[in-house]
Amino acid sequence: MPMKLAKTAFATLTILFLVAPLIAILPLAFTSSVILTYPVPSWSMRWFHELFFADAWRRAIVNSLIVGTGTTVLATALGTAASLGLRNRVVLFRGAVRTLFLLPMVVPAVVLGVGMQVLLARFGLTNSYMGVIIAHTVVAVPFVVVSVTGALAGIDERVELAAESLGAAPATVFRRVTLPLAMPGVLSGAVLAFATSLDEVVLTLFVAGPNQRTLARQMFSSIRENISPAIAAAAFLFIAATLLIGLAVVLSRSVLAKRR
Amino acid sequence: MEYPLAEFIRFDRITKFYGSLCVVENLDLGIGKGEFVSLLGPSGSGKTTLLMMLAGFEQPTSGAILLDGAAINAVPTHKRDMGVVFQSYALFPHMTVGENVAFPLQMRGLGRAEIAGRVKRALDMVQLSALSERRPSQLSGGQQQRVALARALVFEPRVVLMDEPLGALDKQLREQMQLDIRDLHRRLGLTIVFVTHDQSEALTMSDRVAVFNRGRIEQIGTPRQVYDEPATRFVAEFIGETNLVEGVVEAVEGAEATVRLSSGARIVSAVSAPVASGQPVYLSIRPERVDLSETRGEARNVLETEVADFVYQGDHLRVQLQNDAHPLIAKLGRRSREFPPGTKVYAAFSAGDCRVIAP
Repeated sequence: MPMKLAKTAFATLTILFLVAPLIAILPLAFTSSVILTYPVPSWSMRWFHELFFADAWRRAIVNSLIVGTGTTVLATALGTAASLGLRNRVVLFRGAVRTLFLLPMVVPAVVLGVGMQVLLARFGLTNSYMGVIIAHTVVAVPFVVVSVTGALAGIDERVELAAESLGAAPATVFRRVTLPLAMPGVLSGAVLAFATSLDEVVLTLFVAGPNQRTLARQMFSSIRENISPAIAAAAFLFIAATLLIGLAVVLSRSVLAKRR
Repeated sequence: MEYPLAEFIRFDRITKFYGSLCVVENLDLGIGKGEFVSLLGPSGSGKTTLLMMLAGFEQPTSGAILLDGAAINAVPTHKRDMGVVFQSYALFPHMTVGENVAFPLQMRGLGRAEIAGRVKRALDMVQLSALSERRPSQLSGGQQQRVALARALVFEPRVVLMDEPLGALDKQLREQMQLDIRDLHRRLGLTIVFVTHDQSEALTMSDRVAVFNRGRIEQIGTPRQVYDEPATRFVAEFIGETNLVEGVVEAVEGAEATVRLSSGARIVSAVSAPVASGQPVYLSIRPERVDLSETRGEARNVLETEVADFVYQGDHLRVQLQNDAHPLIAKLGRRSREFPPGTKVYAAFSAGDCRVIAP
């Protein structure tokens, strides 16, 4: 019994440790004060108002949505294609190639950022949405690859062979069998890609111009310039959006699972 | 041996290597139209690989596969028009039973009304019409396999290939499905190539059985032939249970040979492959063909021996016999009298009940 108690206590503490920063910042989103500190003098929605109506913040939100959507589409397409390719036993050094796809996860973002800046300048893509989307895609692809590879591994290869023997050409097998079965993995990959883009600061610092300031980037710079509670409001928005997306994924997965 | 049906499938000197491993070696096999042929053998004997090559999932390293006289090596799987049933059922988990069965018809571009009608008939045939809206995961193993069967038959394929389709089912269900499939084969006149490692399954269902060993066919023939007239030691041991006794050919006379055992006893036996005097051979004697008696009797072949063990096995009595030279097993009908261990007995069998096999 004491063991069980100790386990529960430990688990609670760990969870607390993980969510403490969130708990610390969230109430400040509703402060009426102009500085980001406790105690909260009184509650107000003024910083959300600021977020949606001050020009800099509004544009940052729109930019994040543009870049996030672009990254999601590009990373999901590339990552899914890569995972499909990596299924093929004919690929030489399959393990090594897979590791290569996951590399951006572990390479320091600063290093990627510098390289990206130099490279994008070559192609005249600095200070453009496309440049930021490409940069974000590089770090988002690994998440898609991991998620889609997992989903593909769960597909019985013989189901695809059966489809072929029943008269389906390879493209039809993909469209009618492989893709629908991998869909849960593709969906969570897409969500992870979007979340990665939303969250990305370092690469954005290197490659984005003033016109592509994303929400994360805006938070980062405003925390240096003036510690405004608008940051807390933005953080609140982030968390709410993430939870919503997460919920959507869980729901869609359970709907897909029920259809099995 | 020639089969009286028009040849429909022909494997012409098929060889298949995986890397340096030879899984099928220079194999020839013809299958008639409407014939049910089982490929029987232990795992790794090349039977499944041969089926996969026929389906187009694998390419032979050399040799040709002919269907109705035309080489199909270069024809991709989806144009071969063969229904394949896998051991793992391989149903589409994201489609209902009805959608699964409709799939091959959709691939052939049939109209909605026609598809609906044919799906219904196919599901009626396997008695699953009531479940057409279910997902495969909501069905039992036997039901899933019947869906797979309906899906493989609904488009009236030229050949039906089955890869250990009943291996995942329990014994009772398996035996029922064996009879169901055999019945479908007869009713619809299907050409079926059936892979199994279960010899009793092969004997129950097939017109002919091809016994595989190490990438070669050891023997092909009707169930009766492969059981009663095994051509090789492998076939004799793999199909059913047998007593193998070593001996030397003393004389050959027509289809019979006299073999001298190490004990000095002489046995007259039927011969399936040509042997010569002086050649060392095995005798294969099926345990259920051995009669036991305490008197010598009139039979042509009699061995003097002693009961070592006597086991009651429900449907038969199993007797372990021992003399110095050759242990024997006899299976007696359950109405037979009992022989307590230690009883001196005569084991008797006719010349037709044993076979000479070249080692």
